[in-house]
Amino acid sequence: MSRLKLAPPVGLAGFAGLAGLVMMNSAHADWMLNFRKPVTDMAQMQYDLHVAIMWVITVIFIAVFGVMFYSLFKHTKASGRKPATFSDSHTVEIIWTVIPFFILLAMAFPATKAVLANKDTSNADMTIKVTGYQWKWGYDYIHDGFGFLSQLKTPITEIKNEQAKNPDYLLEVDNPMVVPAGKKVRLLITAADVIHAWYMPTFGVQQDATPGFINDAWFQVDKPGRYTGQCAKICGKEHAFMPIVVDVKSPEDYAKWVKEQKAKYAAKDGKEGKEPVVAAAATSASAAAFPVKLYFASGKTELPADAEKSLAAAVDALKADAKAKLDLSGYVDATGNADQNAELAKNRAKAVREALKKAGIAEDRLNMKKPEVITASADASKEARRVEINLSK
Amino acid sequence: MSSAHAPGTTPAYFIPEPSKWPLICALALGFMGFGAVGIMNELPVMTYSLYIGFAILLYLFFGWFGQVIGESEGKLYSKKVDTSFRWSMSWFIFSEVMFFAAFFGALGYARLHSVPELAGLDQKSLWPDFAGLWPSKGPYITEMFTPMGAWGIPAINTALLLASGVTLTIAHHGLIAGHRKQLTTWLLATVVLGAIFMACQIYEYSHAYSEMNLKLTSGIYGSTFFMLTGFHGFHVTVGAIMLTVMWFRSLKGHFDAKHHFAFEAAAWYWHFVDVVWLLLFVLVYIL
Amino acid sequence: MASTTHAQGHANDHAHHAHDDHHHGAPAGFMRWLTSTNHKDIGTLYLWFSFVMFIAGGIMALLIRAELFTPGLQVIEPELFNQLTTLHGLVMIFGAIMPAFVGFANWQIPMMIGAPDMAFARMNNLSFMLLLPAAVLLMSSFFVPGGAAAAGWTFYPPLSVQGGMGTDMMIFAVHIMGASSIMGSINIITTILNMRAPGMTLMKLPMFCWTWLITAFLLIASMPVLAGAVTMLLTDRHFGTSFFNAAGGGDPVMFQHIFWFFGHPEVYIIALPAFGVVSQVIPAFSRKPLFGYASMVYATASIAILSFIVWAHHMFTSGIPAAGQLFFMYATMLIAVPTGVKVFNWLATMWDGAISFETPMLFCLGFLFLFTMGGFTGLVLALTPVDIPLHDTYYVVAHFHYVMVAGALFSAFAGIYYWFPKWTGKMYSEKLGKIHFWWSLIGFNITFFPQHFLGMAGMPRRIPDYALQFTEWNAVSTVGAFMFGTAQIFFLFVILHGLKNGSQASAKPWDGAEGLEWTLPSPAPYHSFETPPTIK
Ligand code: HEA
Ligand code: HEA
Ligand code: CUA
Ligand SMILES: [Cu+2]
Repeated sequence: MSRLKLAPPVGLAGFAGLAGLVMMNSAHADWMLNFRKPVTDMAQMQYDLHVAIMWVITVIFIAVFGVMFYSLFKHTKASGRKPATFSDSHTVEIIWTVIPFFILLAMAFPATKAVLANKDTSNADMTIKVTGYQWKWGYDYIHDGFGFLSQLKTPITEIKNEQAKNPDYLLEVDNPMVVPAGKKVRLLITAADVIHAWYMPTFGVQQDATPGFINDAWFQVDKPGRYTGQCAKICGKEHAFMPIVVDVKSPEDYAKWVKEQKAKYAAKDGKEGKEPVVAAAATSASAAAFPVKLYFASGKTELPADAEKSLAAAVDALKADAKAKLDLSGYVDATGNADQNAELAKNRAKAVREALKKAGIAEDRLNMKKPEVITASADASKEARRVEINLSK
Repeated sequence: MSSAHAPGTTPAYFIPEPSKWPLICALALGFMGFGAVGIMNELPVMTYSLYIGFAILLYLFFGWFGQVIGESEGKLYSKKVDTSFRWSMSWFIFSEVMFFAAFFGALGYARLHSVPELAGLDQKSLWPDFAGLWPSKGPYITEMFTPMGAWGIPAINTALLLASGVTLTIAHHGLIAGHRKQLTTWLLATVVLGAIFMACQIYEYSHAYSEMNLKLTSGIYGSTFFMLTGFHGFHVTVGAIMLTVMWFRSLKGHFDAKHHFAFEAAAWYWHFVDVVWLLLFVLVYIL
Repeated sequence: MASTTHAQGHANDHAHHAHDDHHHGAPAGFMRWLTSTNHKDIGTLYLWFSFVMFIAGGIMALLIRAELFTPGLQVIEPELFNQLTTLHGLVMIFGAIMPAFVGFANWQIPMMIGAPDMAFARMNNLSFMLLLPAAVLLMSSFFVPGGAAAAGWTFYPPLSVQGGMGTDMMIFAVHIMGASSIMGSINIITTILNMRAPGMTLMKLPMFCWTWLITAFLLIASMPVLAGAVTMLLTDRHFGTSFFNAAGGGDPVMFQHIFWFFGHPEVYIIALPAFGVVSQVIPAFSRKPLFGYASMVYATASIAILSFIVWAHHMFTSGIPAAGQLFFMYATMLIAVPTGVKVFNWLATMWDGAISFETPMLFCLGFLFLFTMGGFTGLVLALTPVDIPLHDTYYVVAHFHYVMVAGALFSAFAGIYYWFPKWTGKMYSEKLGKIHFWWSLIGFNITFFPQHFLGMAGMPRRIPDYALQFTEWNAVSTVGAFMFGTAQIFFLFVILHGLKNGSQASAKPWDGAEGLEWTLPSPAPYHSFETPPTIK
């Protein structure tokens, strides 16, 4: 065992360096070692199950490695002993097959109970439809007839380290989901583009949002407050930047909030309010969400086949808001002849403008933008064939 | 090892000399990989890469397989090597079974799960009008198509393949009994049946595209239909090529009653392709 | 079993005349490596390839860790971050760990079973050579427009359908690597089934060969399924099919089922050969035969079979019904039983032995301790209700690095140190080897232990930036990663030092080692057993 002596110096050096570096790094020390405090019964159940399994594996771990370390200290060559020669024993082999089996069986019972409870979305007090977009969440209050998008509020300057980070860094949104305390909330979860996951650790909820399918989940929080979570499924470049914030309000406050929202959406004509946002996997643009993107065939300036639908969304938006204007920008990539590319992009944007004019939009509400060059994106060859319609700022 | 034995005798286990072929094969696949990527991403120049890769691959096939045939005819392969071939061919076919299993799995999943589920109650708010019946193009694709019936060409194709299994067995018996004429005639018949099968398949595809509007883009039905039948068709082609090579070798007088594993391997492969077709016929066409 | 095998002489005389017949030697220079049909040369190629890929994947990991050192975006942009995560996973699994163990298989299996070479020597080289275009496709995809694949190593659609041409390069790389693995596995199975020396019955096979036999079966059964998955992904991307698109009646979740039908066996493909190495090394340094040989074989086989019916434990949050969650939870938990049998057998092997602590043994002990921890966290994740708050968090990242780095990688280190004298004829420096071990052990735990805490606190994986509450442990993890990384550079130094300055190794440098390979001189002759030894 004398050779084990090398460990301390190496270890010490490591820890010293570590401590130093970490000190410099941390302004605000958390050192969390456990789950965040559960705020729903479901999360509590998961928490308790985790504690139980941790006890089981800790005990097994100590037993198993107790034996190993005993052996490592006692049964050494250095002690000059002669090794035994046995290599079989059916009795112990059966014992250590059967005992773990029964331990696992014992674990399976509470786990099964929790699985069934988790899947029980019946008797909900209210239903909210949750739609994942790249990269924001849409919440539709189906029975109250309104809905809205919920997007990261943290300024880019904080992300780029040009400004000090506020305590809610990356966990703040413009419009949080709002629910009443003490009510069972059922979620219908889907997505518009790629898979996202609605993950609220303290609620004990994580459910993938799969485009084209609705999955459900539920929670019930009794204590009003602000709770946070994140999108947990990789969904592209801003996967880290689509947090979830849920405001749990007392029933009275909640009722007030609903009233406000309804008024707000009624004032906005609210096409998007009455009908929940329909997520269609096949359309690249949804009625609620700018930018509207039109993908052209390569080298072509004719409008793509699905253009009508996308354009309708843009037209609706303009009609809803008399002051709104649109920016049209064509995209090109950096390959090939730059002038030709730019020309192509311009002509495509023009084609879009013509189509919008035909749909009754005055030309002065349509701004043509300079073609934008894409160098690296998730799908450069496709993305470089698009015209994007945005609301002018 | 290879040279340790006296010339003209069979070594206990043949270990080949260093060989350039693996390197060339890697080169070919590298060119083909880059070529395919380029073509799919609108870089037409890369087509040449694909051609180059393909040319190298052809050269490789002639060179490498030619060398192996030479070794086999030079009686370098002992009984033990033969056993190795048998094991390896069996496992190779097993890997092909698993490859097909992925596509059959997709078909089963779509029919038993995703299509009914999309039409189910939970999904009504997304797809209110979707009925979820098979054959399905899914809830959002609007272009109509006609599904492929079982009792026209597909039934003929089934007969063709089954018959080819029989002719191949007759050829094999001829080989074992030393009737060379029987071997070459019935082997040729097998290849011809395979070729007719492929011709029918090509006709069926063009018919599907031009008359029935059934395409790769026709939702999950079109996807699974073309993927399964296409992948199978590719295997028929490979099998037919293998059998053609065996036919030429038979004409040249290769193989004898005891020593003909190349022939048997091709036959195993052919029968495997046959069985896959039967599954296809039932699961894709009939049901 | 291994302890009762004795070579009957022939090996040594063959070693002599191996050198005077020039056909038995290797062609000179570079062509020796490019055209080799020799299992040892090819094994060496595999091992070096794997090391190069390990460094490449490691550099990606360090970039990831550097970005995650503090909150905010500082080192790399999010797009590149996702590409690095994706390629790190792919390169480590397909480029580093799997080829490393195929390298072991090449070197060891013919020597251990008394065969002259692999059953198909040319195809053996082909299996290796195919890794090269695959690696080039993967690594060069960073430099094409749009960059490399960026949807994670599990490349779930629709995100992977959105990806640029880097995704296609990854798809073809996977195809080619799949072909390589299948051919390699066919070769290994055939070699083990057909090339054993007379008297080497299956139940006398060294444990390492058994684990590889079963691994090869897993590979042949699962790799083609992956090939099918990427093929459907390719047609969805370019030819308008709807396999993974609900609009056309398909389902993105179907991809997950198919992927994990491959993916879960894949993790045992990584683990089983590692178990095999450990089963060779522990008896050698305990100076006692492997305990419970037969039950080891059965346990390995049970793990393999069970591994085909647990895949959906990666999909507990995908919306599968309760019955599915329950079935896959039970099946997954069951795997702990045969794995436990293996762990207990290793302990019983050490029990009452005469243990010494050379570097290979240290790595095995590290393996045993840390792999079991990883197995336990696997069990935690297997409980569906606990997985729900932990899925796709750093807890999972911690779990699989414990089983794959401290598990598979440590056992690969153990194997390399164990057989180094046999392969090279030189002894590595025991002192340097031990420094490598302790340095790695500590660095590893500093890197990955805190990730459990991060996961429990709710930090999702695959993110380049995070909320402030995760700051501290991320910083610790990054420091550990650099420590672990430098340890691996040190490993390279240990190996080169051993090659250059190592003392001449005897035929059997480990007094407790058993098996045919130790009857050959060190370094092992170019062809192992031209006339098979007889096993009593
Ligand atoms: C070498 C690779 C390897 C190995 C061996 C394992 C082994 C196991 N893994 Fe792991 N796993 C991965 C690699 C591996 N895993 C990877 C790569 C992922 C993530 C993929 C991704 O998403 O990117 C993953 C993810 C993963 C998940 C999904 C997590 C998630 O995404 O939410 C789960 C869930 O069940 C799981 C479970 C298990 C279990 C139960 C085992 C068991 O086999 C462990 C069994 C071992 C023991 C239990 C210890 C020894 C036993 C005893 C001492 C006996 C007594 C014990 C008891 C009775 C408790 N693994
Ligand atoms: C067996 C496979 C294997 C191995 C060996 C490793 C090794 C390492 N892995 Fe990873 N890892 C995976 C398989 C593996 N990994 C997989 C499958 C994923 C999931 C991917 C996905 O989500 O899709 C993953 C994901 C993953 C993540 C999560 C990324 C994310 O979610 O965004 C992280 C983060 O810390 C990480 C870290 C590391 C580190 C620090 C090492 C270290 O062990 C690496 C050590 C090696 C070196 C560092 C190289 C040698 C040294 C040098 C190059 C010299 C330079 C050194 C210095 C200057 C110090 N890995
Ligand atoms: Cu949305 Cu990740
Ligand atoms: Cu798994």
